[in-house]
Amino acid sequence: MRSFDYLRVDSLAQALAALSVPGSRALAGGTTLVDLMKLGVETPARLVDIGGLPLATIARDGEALLIGALASNSAVAEHPAVLRHAPAIAQAILSGASGQIRNMASLAGNLMQRTRCPYFRAADWPCDKREPGSGCAAATGSTAHHAVLGVGSPCRAVHPSDLAVALLALDAEVHVAGPAGPRRIAMARFYRLPADTPAIETELAPGELITHVAVPVGDLAGRSTYLKLRGRASYEFASASVAAAIRVEEGVVGAVAVALGGLGTVPWRDVAAEADLLGRPLSRAAVDRFCDALLAPAQPRADNRYKLDLARGAIRRCLLPDMMEETA
Amino acid sequence: MPQPATLTVSLLVNGRRIAAEIDPRRTLLDLLREDCGLTGPKKGCDHGQCGACTVHVDGKRMLSCLKLAACADGHAVTTIEGIAGEAGLHPLQQAFIDHDAFQCGYCTSGQIMSALEALADPALTTRAQIQEFMSGNLCRCGAYNGIVDAIMDLKADAQL
Repeated sequence: MRSFDYLRVDSLAQALAALSVPGSRALAGGTTLVDLMKLGVETPARLVDIGGLPLATIARDGEALLIGALASNSAVAEHPAVLRHAPAIAQAILSGASGQIRNMASLAGNLMQRTRCPYFRAADWPCDKREPGSGCAAATGSTAHHAVLGVGSPCRAVHPSDLAVALLALDAEVHVAGPAGPRRIAMARFYRLPADTPAIETELAPGELITHVAVPVGDLAGRSTYLKLRGRASYEFASASVAAAIRVEEGVVGAVAVALGGLGTVPWRDVAAEADLLGRPLSRAAVDRFCDALLAPAQPRADNRYKLDLARGAIRRCLLPDMMEETA
Repeated sequence: MPQPATLTVSLLVNGRRIAAEIDPRRTLLDLLREDCGLTGPKKGCDHGQCGACTVHVDGKRMLSCLKLAACADGHAVTTIEGIAGEAGLHPLQQAFIDHDAFQCGYCTSGQIMSALEALADPALTTRAQIQEFMSGNLCRCGAYNGIVDAIMDLKADAQL
């Protein structure tokens, strides 16, 4: 591991001052950052340990659920307000990583974990994200677990977070503090497509720090679910996952939200495709048309085309659970 | 290249106050094994994938290989060496023996430290729940059924 300086901070003001120094990185649970530092993929000059900041509270605040950046993934997943108002968040968290990692990892750290593929983690392979200009091993290598959506640029690494997919479906907002003051970033634009700068994964500017995530409370979020399909039953990244919520009123779709994980270089959602479902009866044909629109931009390869079928199946199971039971 | 300053950390390990001068790169696992001589926590993958290094920090199971020792400063750590009582083995240690819950034993301390958290959670009652709960602890010998048996055995006792 490359040498680094370590600084512990006790207040948000101290943290922001420390993070304004180039080469500084915030350290919370460390479950991704320390791993990547051991591999030589991450080489921060200084770690700013923010673990002691008072940012771990989870509370209902008016029409939103306010979740502190440093709340552990375990604490979020078992919190009664999360289970009641946004069950997809708890289900998504519990479907990811292991119990030990969920006890360590923070909410914001989950969102800020690197978008990564096996080639990114291994310094033996070329990777434009790790070392700009070196090339991309996935261009000619195995891409069975790589992205099929948002792959307009060479980087095909899948965004690995389950939580982010749930937050995207629930229209969450990321609250940020920074040198230019506080601001809010909608989940829908928090992640950047890789484009020409795959190393820049989020809209967070240098020196900024996530303080909270706000999740709007409502009946749709209260009936949300998360379904994750993967190669083994536990402790595995998604091959395809769906965060979904739907309300059917008098036989037609009144509201719907669907976000996809495991398929995209960023968590994926298409609100225009959702809008086409509104006001129509919820049928297998309608859901199939929705999937056609949602997955239209996909650019699969022979080895990852299977993800499209997985995504369709997962969406059907979330939106048409009764129909799935009848045909099972 | 100048060497980064060393740090002084002070933490409770199995109830004993430990102070050490460390390089910032030291992980909690290396601190426990190298500085404290506690070799119960094992270095398996050293990347958070196998669970052999599992210890408790402030009563919660965590991976000591992914935790910098600097971040454990001021916290309380429990390792496998700290769970037996005056009268002998912890009941879970005895249950692992009774149920053949290991062969080579390399993963066992991590399995037990993880399983202790399962015992403390009354919501976990079925084998399937225990299997899911323990999925962060790999056993290459394949003693999984014995491990679940040992945990379920103590769960049953607790319900009497």
